[in-house]
Amino acid sequence: MSSFGEPIGSSVTAAEPPAQAESTLEPAPSEAKVIRRERLALLLRSKTFIAGAVILAFWIVCAIFGYLIAPDDPLLTNPVKALQAPSSSHLFGTDTLGRDVLSRVIVGARDILIVAPLATLLATAMGTLLGLVTGYYRGFVDDTLGRIIDAILAVPVVIVGLLSLVALGPSTVTVIFVIAVVFTPVIARTVRAAVLTERQYEYVAAARLRNERTPYILFGEILPNVMGPVLVEFTVRLGYAIFTIATLSFLGFGIQPPAPDWGLQIFQHYGLISGGYWWPVLFPALAIASLVIGVNLLADGISQVFER
Amino acid sequence: MTRFIAKRLGLGLITLWLLSVLVFFGTQILPGDVARRILGPFATQSAVNALNHQLGTDKSVFVQYWDWISGIFHGNLGTSVATRTSVSSIVFPALWHSAKLAILAFIIVVPLGILGGVLAALNEGRFRDRFISVGGLSATTVPEFVWAVALILVFALWLGLLPSTATAPPGSGFFSQVEYLVLPALCLVFVLFGYIARMARAGTIESLDADYTRTAVIKGLPYRTVVRRHVLRNSLLPTIAVVATQAGYLIGGLVAIELVFNYQGIGQVLYRAATQKDFPVLQSAVLIVGVVYLVATLLADLAYSLLNPRLRFESAA
Repeated sequence: MSSFGEPIGSSVTAAEPPAQAESTLEPAPSEAKVIRRERLALLLRSKTFIAGAVILAFWIVCAIFGYLIAPDDPLLTNPVKALQAPSSSHLFGTDTLGRDVLSRVIVGARDILIVAPLATLLATAMGTLLGLVTGYYRGFVDDTLGRIIDAILAVPVVIVGLLSLVALGPSTVTVIFVIAVVFTPVIARTVRAAVLTERQYEYVAAARLRNERTPYILFGEILPNVMGPVLVEFTVRLGYAIFTIATLSFLGFGIQPPAPDWGLQIFQHYGLISGGYWWPVLFPALAIASLVIGVNLLADGISQVFER
Repeated sequence: MTRFIAKRLGLGLITLWLLSVLVFFGTQILPGDVARRILGPFATQSAVNALNHQLGTDKSVFVQYWDWISGIFHGNLGTSVATRTSVSSIVFPALWHSAKLAILAFIIVVPLGILGGVLAALNEGRFRDRFISVGGLSATTVPEFVWAVALILVFALWLGLLPSTATAPPGSGFFSQVEYLVLPALCLVFVLFGYIARMARAGTIESLDADYTRTAVIKGLPYRTVVRRHVLRNSLLPTIAVVATQAGYLIGGLVAIELVFNYQGIGQVLYRAATQKDFPVLQSAVLIVGVVYLVATLLADLAYSLLNPRLRFESAA
């Protein structure tokens, strides 16, 4: 992930020690602040980051103001107008129940943009906790958890999601929890690797010698130093979460009807493609594609800045 | 070397056993008894009891787990609740279908991905690199069913070049079968290209930077020879090893593609078993997907260590 894409010209300035800032007459900003500002500047110069941010912002606006922007009610069925081709009255045409596809595509951003970030946030929290503990203690706990993680990762994520949703029954809340649980081990593994590096440093040994309590060492000392990888992992996983949730919706085990979810719309209409009814499938497909690409460009920009 | 293999094999078996436990007890969370689900709410209790007894679902969970596992060791994967046929007769033909699709996809995408990655690395930072890298990344992140419907729209509906299903009519020859598999394989190419290209690019850049490359250049070898003999040989090793780990996804993770193209692979079997709550099929199919993944990673590790003496000795120590 590290050396991917955008060449970052000003990497030298970011790496400079904050000593220079202290030498100026103004009150010296803390080291963390300087690094944060440099990173932000680098991000704003990254074309992939900006492109991703613009796409994501577009869909966030659709998610928040969808019902105001949409020309029609996305849930209003009208069998008389079923499967009309795109025209001036319905720019993206209508689906099998006569619902306006454009409105459903716009409002469809809402569910996925609530479910995916919530699931990813939950997974990041649990994964970070797990990674901190296993990376710090190592030994038996680490080995056991590592084996269980291996076992889960031996099966494709979609299958694990499918199995859990069959066992628990599909609902939006279940999807959030299932995605969170499935992604937790992956995030834990990344955080664990970062913690393994951090725990060798003197500041950890110093904290231990000061007789600090372990929770303080974990959350007060190590956690702030692994926040970079955690943030990168969050944005990368967000892309995967959208990918996986869309796929589960497409399989009928994700967000349930009549929600105007994109994956669900494709699921309900893909059988009609060969009959020539392409519009209820193509537009939600484009929506999913643009959202995942946007999120991944954003993630790529962030990882370039944080993983140098 | 033997110790390395034994260690890997042992870890693989432990992982597999854990997977079997997770899968088995995971599917037991479901409330209600199996026979009642099959027979419906209007069946008499005695009929439900009889079926439960016949299926073995009246025994304790641990006994059921033991029956399942010992059955597998005797080559008996169980009986499908939905079709009443043996699970092996459902799972293994599907596995073969999946393998065919995976092999075709691999044949197309591995050379293409490596070529793309090497090209990108040789043009690092320039337009060609950016195009391959960002394009590949974007293509990889789009869910495969989105690629599937997009490709069907373009190649089957609008251009009329290729069939929109993946299953060739029975009795069709090799090339016609391949023709039917082109579109689903193409979806996989899009999904995997960026991933493989990224690996190949990283590996190539690393070995372009290495001292032996500088030495080769300084001693006056032509650029082409340096790239071919010194750079590529070292850079492609990790790429190929990592690519092999994708086999698990290719064999078991293609539920959505197989659904769109109506292809009877293992993904389709898993999906149908999931919707019908056919747990014997579901459990064994998931376990087989796990076996495929673990065997593929094991082989990848072995190939990698055979070709890379540094790793071999390090692991044996």
